Amino acid sequence: MVEYRIDRRSGVATYLQIVQQTKQALRLGLLEPGDQLPTAREVVEATAINPNTVLKAYRELEREGLVEARRGLGTFVRRALGAAAAGSPLRSELAAWAARARASGLDRDDVAALFASVLDEQFADSTDNTEGDEAMNKGDNA
Amino acid sequence: MTDTAIEAAALGKRFGGPSRRGGWALRDCGFRLPAGRICAVVGPNGAGKSTLLAHAAGLLEPTEGTLTVLGSHPSAARERIAYVAQDKPLYPQLTVTETLRLGHELNPGRWDAALAERIVTDGHLDPAARIRDLSGGQRTRVALALVLGKRPELLLLDEPMADLDPLARHQLMGTLLAEAAEHGTTVVMSSHILGELAHACDFLLLVGDGRIRLGGAIDDLVAAHRLITGRGPLTDALAPHTVIESRATGRGLTALIRPAGPIAPGWEAAEPSLEDILLAHLRSPDAPALLTPGATARSSASDMSAAVTA
Repeated sequence: MVEYRIDRRSGVATYLQIVQQTKQALRLGLLEPGDQLPTAREVVEATAINPNTVLKAYRELEREGLVEARRGLGTFVRRALGAAAAGSPLRSELAAWAARARASGLDRDDVAALFASVLDEQFADSTDNTEGDEAMNKGDNA
Repeated sequence: MTDTAIEAAALGKRFGGPSRRGGWALRDCGFRLPAGRICAVVGPNGAGKSTLLAHAAGLLEPTEGTLTVLGSHPSAARERIAYVAQDKPLYPQLTVTETLRLGHELNPGRWDAALAERIVTDGHLDPAARIRDLSGGQRTRVALALVLGKRPELLLLDEPMADLDPLARHQLMGTLLAEAAEHGTTVVMSSHILGELAHACDFLLLVGDGRIRLGGAIDDLVAAHRLITGRGPLTDALAPHTVIESRATGRGLTALIRPAGPIAPGWEAAEPSLEDILLAHLRSPDAPALLTPGATARSSASDMSAAVTA
């Protein structure tokens, strides 16, 4: 079961934080097809956010085909995202690279900037890498 | 059954004695709160928030205009309403257990004993402790156990979280919202701490100087405003719009507006946060009021009094 952590100062809309954290869990293999998402009640009780915000996030995930609501049962994962499971070789290579970057004196922001620039270069032709970015600028009013 | 939790038309309340606003605590308030919403009532001290909540609870009679709750006069809906006043009135000589038993006996047929007990247990309160020996925050917890145990359709809370520590506040807000989600309860909470309510609520009433200055679903209110920044002749850029507040920023200008038509080229427009909107309105007390269509009273005062007496 995933646990959502809401950052009230991040400037990212609350429902989007739930969407992004769910996708992150799908990418890391923490959630797999068939797994159940926490009920709206459980999320609300743990995070003290508005129930409609949770429902909005789940509707968005459903719209993207990642989860499905089964009436009276709950919301379930339909498909996984990406192939970057937690234990994959790619992840350990990246971890080793990050350790080298740190050892060579780069701080967190330097590493993030470097990583982002490589991402931009590698995925310049992809139309698939902007999901959420536009919505991320929409303030935190959901 | 009605889809409206609270509806006010031309509501006014005048208290005796000389005071600000000529004794009018509320004047010409009209709004509609749809059922099932979590509504924040915000505004400066003395704006009329508590007076408004006390009317919805049926504890005050309007001087003029009308207010209906769950489709009827508040006094007729009392069984379905729960209200916690700011000072959390409880019987000081009763123990925690006795207070919950009182809740049970006063609310036959609807009392949820398990829920009330869980709220008290979550706070590690001694069931044998007398209310007068509890701290302010512990009393708040008992008061919330009482009103949630009642399983109301409309829950009115006047500054409910003010004396709770951050952990208890988070936990009780979570419980409150989870119960509301499960039972479709309408919740109205007043506060002057904006951040406390921004994530918990989906509907807003901004009260100022005895009137409703903003009313509507928070998403709709945010969508009705834009924060624009730029340089250039002021009047051209702002002309068609309603300007709530404008401020110089360096050589340029930042303004919160309600757009009426396209925004002049060369100006950056961003979606404001709820806090941007509230602060701009609080700093500009003369800005025109805005009620979204969903928050506008559907019936006139005379229709409503007919409905109440019918």
